[in-house]
Amino acid sequence: MSNATTNAETIHRVSFLDKDSLSIPILKVLQADGTAYEGAVLPVIDENLAKKIHDTCVFTRVLDERMLGAQRQGRISFYMTCTGEEASIIGSTAALDDGDVILAQYREHAAIRYRGFTTEQFMNQMFSNEKDFGKGRQMPIHYGSQELNYQTISSPLATQIPQATGVAYALKRQGKRNIAICYFGEGAASEGDFHAGLNMAAVLNSPVIFFCRNNGYAISTPTEEQFKGNGIASRGVGYGMHTIRVDGNDMLAVLAATQQARAYALEHNAPVLIEAMTYRLGAHSSSDDPSGYRSKDEEAKWQQHDPVKRFKLWMINKGWMNEQEDADLYVKYREEVLSELKVAEKVPTPHLDSIIEDVYDTPTPMLKKQLAQLKEHVKKYPESYPKSAGRV
Amino acid sequence: MAQMNMLQAINQALSSEMESDETMTVFGEDVGHFGGVFRATSGLQEKFGRDRCFNTPLTEQGIAGFANGLASNGMTAVAEIQFADYIFPAIDQIVNESAKFRYRSGNEFDVGGLTFRTPYGGGIAGGHYHSQSPEAYFTQTPGLKVVVPRNPEQAKGLLIASIRDKNPVIFFEPKRLYRASVGEVPEGDYVIELGKAEVVKQGSDITLLGWGAQMEVLEKAAEMAAKKGISCEIVDLRTLSPWDIDTVAASVKKTGRLLINHEAPLTGGFAGEIAATIQEECFLYLESPIARVCGLDTPYPLIHEKEYMPDALKTFEAIKASVKF
Repeated sequence: MSNATTNAETIHRVSFLDKDSLSIPILKVLQADGTAYEGAVLPVIDENLAKKIHDTCVFTRVLDERMLGAQRQGRISFYMTCTGEEASIIGSTAALDDGDVILAQYREHAAIRYRGFTTEQFMNQMFSNEKDFGKGRQMPIHYGSQELNYQTISSPLATQIPQATGVAYALKRQGKRNIAICYFGEGAASEGDFHAGLNMAAVLNSPVIFFCRNNGYAISTPTEEQFKGNGIASRGVGYGMHTIRVDGNDMLAVLAATQQARAYALEHNAPVLIEAMTYRLGAHSSSDDPSGYRSKDEEAKWQQHDPVKRFKLWMINKGWMNEQEDADLYVKYREEVLSELKVAEKVPTPHLDSIIEDVYDTPTPMLKKQLAQLKEHVKKYPESYPKSAGRV
Repeated sequence: MAQMNMLQAINQALSSEMESDETMTVFGEDVGHFGGVFRATSGLQEKFGRDRCFNTPLTEQGIAGFANGLASNGMTAVAEIQFADYIFPAIDQIVNESAKFRYRSGNEFDVGGLTFRTPYGGGIAGGHYHSQSPEAYFTQTPGLKVVVPRNPEQAKGLLIASIRDKNPVIFFEPKRLYRASVGEVPEGDYVIELGKAEVVKQGSDITLLGWGAQMEVLEKAAEMAAKKGISCEIVDLRTLSPWDIDTVAASVKKTGRLLINHEAPLTGGFAGEIAATIQEECFLYLESPIARVCGLDTPYPLIHEKEYMPDALKTFEAIKASVKF
């Protein structure tokens, strides 16, 4: 054979493989009561790290609850929660170095929070005010920060996957001891970008972790209608990369897997695929109503696997926290989110001039001309353009 | 100065930029050891190593996404799309990602160091899938620059400028000129400013405007017209987005007439955009309607390639009609 990619044995009668030929196990460390499974190997974690993880969990829960409420009140136009998936997102981010570049899909605000995005910065983005890094150009939840190595969210699905391969290749060539991590859902794994990105990462030796949140639904489409085969993990093996499947509601399992995946990716300049088996407890977005496509029973079953609660119980068992401290944290963040929300919604919108900034590094003559015409028009009919009138 | 063809000029531009910019990588299908199907990248892997000039899997979508990632992390990325006809699988990465990286992030991130090189156009008996001129799909997208050179000297200067430009650039290379166009090219470093058209030949009766491989067609048509006593001014647009309205308008104000020629189909082509703008800028100077000599609104044919093409003869006829109007 000229194709030297396999050293497979030969057989002499027809025998097909099927999806169960590649049954990939799921790593679990923590039990529902917050104790570790017997023989489970724990990740590297100390009290400070555990507290930071827990703190991020509580903030995210509060943010999701309050901002979904704010959307319902019409104060912001759109919102997405990550409720139920906190362990997948925070457990993986906590395994990273701050210099590792995060390319997220849209449901990973816990990751940018973990890196230090402030409550005020969250609010500025969601209210599209003049302090928003994105200058009010994208819908709420499209965060990004150069300082925090968190690339700005893009709405089209899966486009960040081949980009992560390129970012990781850049980090390797720059001689940095850093990797890229790329988050996406199991629905995004149906896009061409997924296949292009994974194949290129494996072939071009990019140190990147592909982190699939298999949360059960792509908007309303359940996994059975999204893919056949043994989950997303089997595709990683197919592309020739190190692959692991974890309980995505188990903070310690996700942390352990990501810590080792990161070490492997750095040492071997190779990609790793992690499939986190989790569940989207909330709706896809504020525009969605899951009661139309899934049962209350199903949701109730997954409530019992609440990743935040499970991790809290582990910390209590360790003596690193108590119920009162946990309750106080919720109170603190509820007050903080509410007060920052009230401040941010009063901050003015970005100046009209910014509409032509950042299309190119400098505005073209045509853009300047169009802005001048627009400003003349707005001055003439200020009542029709209340966001810009008075500031042109 | 040295005599060289367009491929050699492009190769020299890539090589000198890789020498001066350690972060620059060149990649695409077959561009590694093989040097690309047209050999534009030949010798680069030997000179700069496999991690700076390399083959990718056959995935234009992946190449564009990978290029965005590289450039977003501060690297200079020059991606080759083997034929412009095959750029469409990458269109989401280019139109929604490359073009909007800076805008959507409020300048937190950009892919300014990214250049896509791709051979475009017909005249090579390539049929539907090796002859298209898809520039208009990209001129419609804010955030991209679109550049087309007409000869080796222009190719080198414009490509170096594109690579150094702080915005993503699509650099369309007229493949029928790759070896056919030979000329003097400065050996050293030089750039030709993007966004500037060039008046290639002065004239007084009509302005002929084009880019890339069609510049030869315009020159031939102008010679035919000269024999009939018609003086043509010839302008090479060079950068289609953002385009040099001032130079074109100044020429049209002088000659009073405009003919635009491009290979891409007429409907929705970039000539329409130019005609609309020049009509606004020069309405009272125009002595005849703005003429468009373009490809037919058909897919690019194989056997009737000559008939499809907006060639010198069709251009000559349109020049006469415009002057007689």
